[in-house]
Amino acid sequence: MALAPERPRIYEGSRIPSPIPSVLELSNALRSSQDVLTVNFGPNHPSTHGVLRLVVDLHGEEVVGLAAVVGYLHTGFEKNMEQKSWWKAITYAPRIDYVSFQNNELVFVLAVEKLLQIDVPPRATWMRMLLAELNRIHSHLVWLGTAALELGAISMFWYCFRERDRILDLFELVAGFRMHTRYFQVGGLAEDIPPGFFDECAKFVELMPHAIDDYESLVDRNQIWLERTQGIGLLSRADAIALGQSGPVLRGSGVDWDLRRAQPYLAYDQVDFRVPVYQEGDVYARYRVRMEEMRESVRIVDQALRRLPGGAWIADDRKVVLPPREELHTSMESLIHHFKIVTEGFSVPEGEVYVTVESPRGELGCYVVSDGGPRPWRVKFRAPSFVALEATATCMRQALVADLIAIVGSLDTVMGEVDR
Amino acid sequence: MPGLVEVLEAHGETTLVVDTPRLLEAARHLRDELGFDFLSDIAATDYLGWDSKDVSGYIGTPAGRDLNKPSTQGHQRLPRPKARRFSLSYHLLGMREGAPRVRLQAWVDDGEPVQSLVSVWPTADWHEREAWDLMGIRFDGHPNHRRILMDDDWEGHPLRKDYPIGGEPVRFSGEE
Repeated sequence: MALAPERPRIYEGSRIPSPIPSVLELSNALRSSQDVLTVNFGPNHPSTHGVLRLVVDLHGEEVVGLAAVVGYLHTGFEKNMEQKSWWKAITYAPRIDYVSFQNNELVFVLAVEKLLQIDVPPRATWMRMLLAELNRIHSHLVWLGTAALELGAISMFWYCFRERDRILDLFELVAGFRMHTRYFQVGGLAEDIPPGFFDECAKFVELMPHAIDDYESLVDRNQIWLERTQGIGLLSRADAIALGQSGPVLRGSGVDWDLRRAQPYLAYDQVDFRVPVYQEGDVYARYRVRMEEMRESVRIVDQALRRLPGGAWIADDRKVVLPPREELHTSMESLIHHFKIVTEGFSVPEGEVYVTVESPRGELGCYVVSDGGPRPWRVKFRAPSFVALEATATCMRQALVADLIAIVGSLDTVMGEVDR
Repeated sequence: MPGLVEVLEAHGETTLVVDTPRLLEAARHLRDELGFDFLSDIAATDYLGWDSKDVSGYIGTPAGRDLNKPSTQGHQRLPRPKARRFSLSYHLLGMREGAPRVRLQAWVDDGEPVQSLVSVWPTADWHEREAWDLMGIRFDGHPNHRRILMDDDWEGHPLRKDYPIGGEPVRFSGEE
């Protein structure tokens, strides 16, 4: 087997285009040369992960100009959430990023709980962490399958989706839904964990590391994969921070930063895991970060399974949490509370909070304003995919048109989240 | 800090309200002197009708809760009035031990421009375009001041409180 090409050194200084950081502008010399072809890449192209449009100026094979156009999937989630009670708004959050649904659900629920100052029982906290990590594996599997597919590795897609299906089976077992589970409730979980879940999840924990071995054996030393990913789409450490990058993109650029460790939420300070960091800042580094993150997530799931505490799965606060179903037939007060919470919804004290979690794509933030009423005044999501697309112009410097697909894929954007 | 008007502490979060014309100065100070090198998010909020009736996000009467009338659970007290219509919240993060976060906040009225912070944090580019697109806040000195999520010829700013839900006109074939 031939040796892999030597990887270019990460550049000195900044490559962020100026004056517009997100647009690579065509130089005047090239513009007047009449040798440049402007191509619309997307919005309907299978390699754009949804409806992303890139207006690309090509000089032969080389990308000399680039602007990303987004908004084709704008559905007004944030506006809609203002019309719904807090209780009903939870269903909107997972649909924003339909690949890492549980993390989106989690960040919104955490924000509401912060305003309410409600204590969540440990069983719910640990289960949330477990599901968030399963969801991270799910999201990385979808990324790996599609990103490899775009570079020609078709079989990878089938293997990844095989394991993804097992995760969806676990979600179905817990919540009754395969996606958009709405299992996180303000105050805890919607229902107790079904007993069969632990055995099934333990089987998955045993299986998954071998599956990751399989993926790595397919591409890790594959000459085509290496040549198409190494030294492509460079992003330096300083540029990544200036462009607000987070998650695997940031860690692939050599920044040792993970919110799960830097500002622990849920029970992340009580579990043992490693944060993979790669210095090269190329597509391959981002791929490696995601692969190792899957292994670490499996470890966290394993620890959570063993240490999941018993007890209540939701807080006992009758003004916020639905009363137990069986009480509705015997207790008048419970029936009234149930009726009030379902029809009017619960009120949340006035205030504003900004809560962040480490989603599979990076720093996922939720800014919530309440006026003290039963509906949110304003909900704003800090979508890591939206920010990741700002880095396309910087990554795409000196890239060829074939690299474009690898680079956009490596940023792992979900358009639902970009456009909200 | 330049232009600092008020420091608010709530829910374990710090909000630094600054004088809007001195926003750029304050942002530079926060980045260079206080080490907030990471701009996480810019969130614009419309407070039109914040303490009155019949706007989205409000159920109930200003008088508070009346158990004899349905749908009046609403406010136990009126929310604190806001000085201006829009708030802009810049959520900053210091990438160091302890992960300090701070909310830099500026208040503006309709039509009043704000200084663009693209020169301080390049990531502000799309966030500011989004605030213009959805809330109609203009940014002075933004290099690419265009809509981002809606079409370029879109009328109105959808996330404003006076923008109706279902406000998109539906066109039928055969109509002029």
